[in-house]
Amino acid sequence: MAGLLNVSVSPHVRSSESVEKIMWTVVACLVPPLLLSVFVFGIQVLLIAGVSVISCMAVEAISQKALGRPVTVKDGSAALTGMLMAFVIPPGVSFLLPILGAVMAIYIGKHLLGGIGYNIFNPALLGRAFLLATFPVAMTTAWLVPLTDGAIFSYFNSGVDAVTTATPLAVMKEQGMDAFRQQFGAPSEIYASFFLGWRPGCIGETSGLLIVLGGLYLMWRRYITWHIPVSLLGTIGLLTWVFGGETLFTGDPLLAILTGGALLGAFYMATDYVTSPSSKTGQMVYGAGIGALTVLIRLKGGYPEGICYAILLMNPLSTVLDNWFKPKRFAPPIGGEK
Amino acid sequence: MRSTQKFGETLKAGLWKRIPPFRLVLGLCPSLAVTQSAENGFGMGVALALVVTLSSGIISSLRNIIPSKVRIASYIVIIATLVSIVEILMKAFFFPLSEQLGIYIPLIVVNCIVLGRAEGFAAKNPPLISMIDGLSVGVGYTISLTLIGSIREIFGKGEWFGMQVMGQSYEPMTFLVLAPGAFVTIGILLGIQNLFSRWRGEKFVQG
Repeated sequence: MAGLLNVSVSPHVRSSESVEKIMWTVVACLVPPLLLSVFVFGIQVLLIAGVSVISCMAVEAISQKALGRPVTVKDGSAALTGMLMAFVIPPGVSFLLPILGAVMAIYIGKHLLGGIGYNIFNPALLGRAFLLATFPVAMTTAWLVPLTDGAIFSYFNSGVDAVTTATPLAVMKEQGMDAFRQQFGAPSEIYASFFLGWRPGCIGETSGLLIVLGGLYLMWRRYITWHIPVSLLGTIGLLTWVFGGETLFTGDPLLAILTGGALLGAFYMATDYVTSPSSKTGQMVYGAGIGALTVLIRLKGGYPEGICYAILLMNPLSTVLDNWFKPKRFAPPIGGEK
Repeated sequence: MRSTQKFGETLKAGLWKRIPPFRLVLGLCPSLAVTQSAENGFGMGVALALVVTLSSGIISSLRNIIPSKVRIASYIVIIATLVSIVEILMKAFFFPLSEQLGIYIPLIVVNCIVLGRAEGFAAKNPPLISMIDGLSVGVGYTISLTLIGSIREIFGKGEWFGMQVMGQSYEPMTFLVLAPGAFVTIGILLGIQNLFSRWRGEKFVQG
């Protein structure tokens, strides 16, 4: 009875959605690509992902306890960070890397900046950037060759820890388009294999199809909107088409979208609630900014892939973008807007 | 008796209560820039300790002559003279180290610790105790910089004062030798000191 007579402030809309539910749904959407990459790269992928998720959750619990905040490790945000971090580091690295990355991402990147909702940067990408600066060799060479005969347990049997190889984008950047064609086949084959996921790279780079399906499911559940992914991928495609080729307007937009972490970044990283703008126009500009920076780093910068740094660079701008694109008031004060 | 107590306290203050850069949060620029190795940190600290001890002494003995309107300019002249002496001495006797530290030795002139001690302590106190204060802050700075440098060098390069300390299989964390590593190291050490002070129930004012 007392509950019925409660007087509370708005919002009064009731919904079964909660941070917990959204986070665990996103984690669930990332499981299919993870399972696929187990078939592509072997069981080691699962171990890396497990270590990453568990260490992120442990660091979250420990740092919340240490900082005297309520321990909310069950809300899934740390698990999601761990999952995403595992998706963006090479699968052949040692287990120390995801653990150190988790400390950087969760403790320094999230809790020292105020906890969930206050972090300026996407924690998973911060962890990746830290690992890339700390262990540049391991982070750029420990890629696994896709297995051909479905021998997912070969990692345990063979004496070799990992047979490393170069990623498609690195081949394209360092050896040029011809070497790329030679290694990965004709354009139509490339599209197919990239979309279905049989190529060296991070876990998150394997199957474009599963990433897009997961993203579409999140859109259908209205957890994310189309604005950021569409403007981001559109910008990447457009700019690569214009500047990516040997002459103007000869680049390959589809290839640019399918290679690297563009799809994962567009659907899962850039749409993080905390670090992206909330106004729709702001989101479009934010996505376009990430796309432009990504293409700039890919074509002119020192790294083969730039979406990680592009998102990290646009993250702190999201509040500024929200301020710029404030929705207009319906009833301006008498005398007009000042 | 009282004066010895005061001397002792002043001597101790620079090592914990106002240890730079953690408690004073001054002199951060060289702390970030030259502490890639323990040796560089130590050299920088010793150079600064020398300058701040002598400048505090000289400024304190001239404190009644310097007109207060032009005091900062006068302090700078005194400090700049001392820094030039230190710089020339380092070039003569520790040439490789002075090459490593580069512009940061001349920049001691504008180091906030030196000016802060001059303005905050030497201008109000007699020469001997001012020199003790300068010495203690300088030694504190040397300890801090050597500590920061050691952490960054051991984990970032696997070496300490140029000697190999980590095993061959250790993969150096390059991040710590880069500039962001300095920020993170200083922040963590500052946090640890604050935590320890709070645990001991010390009353402290930042700065």
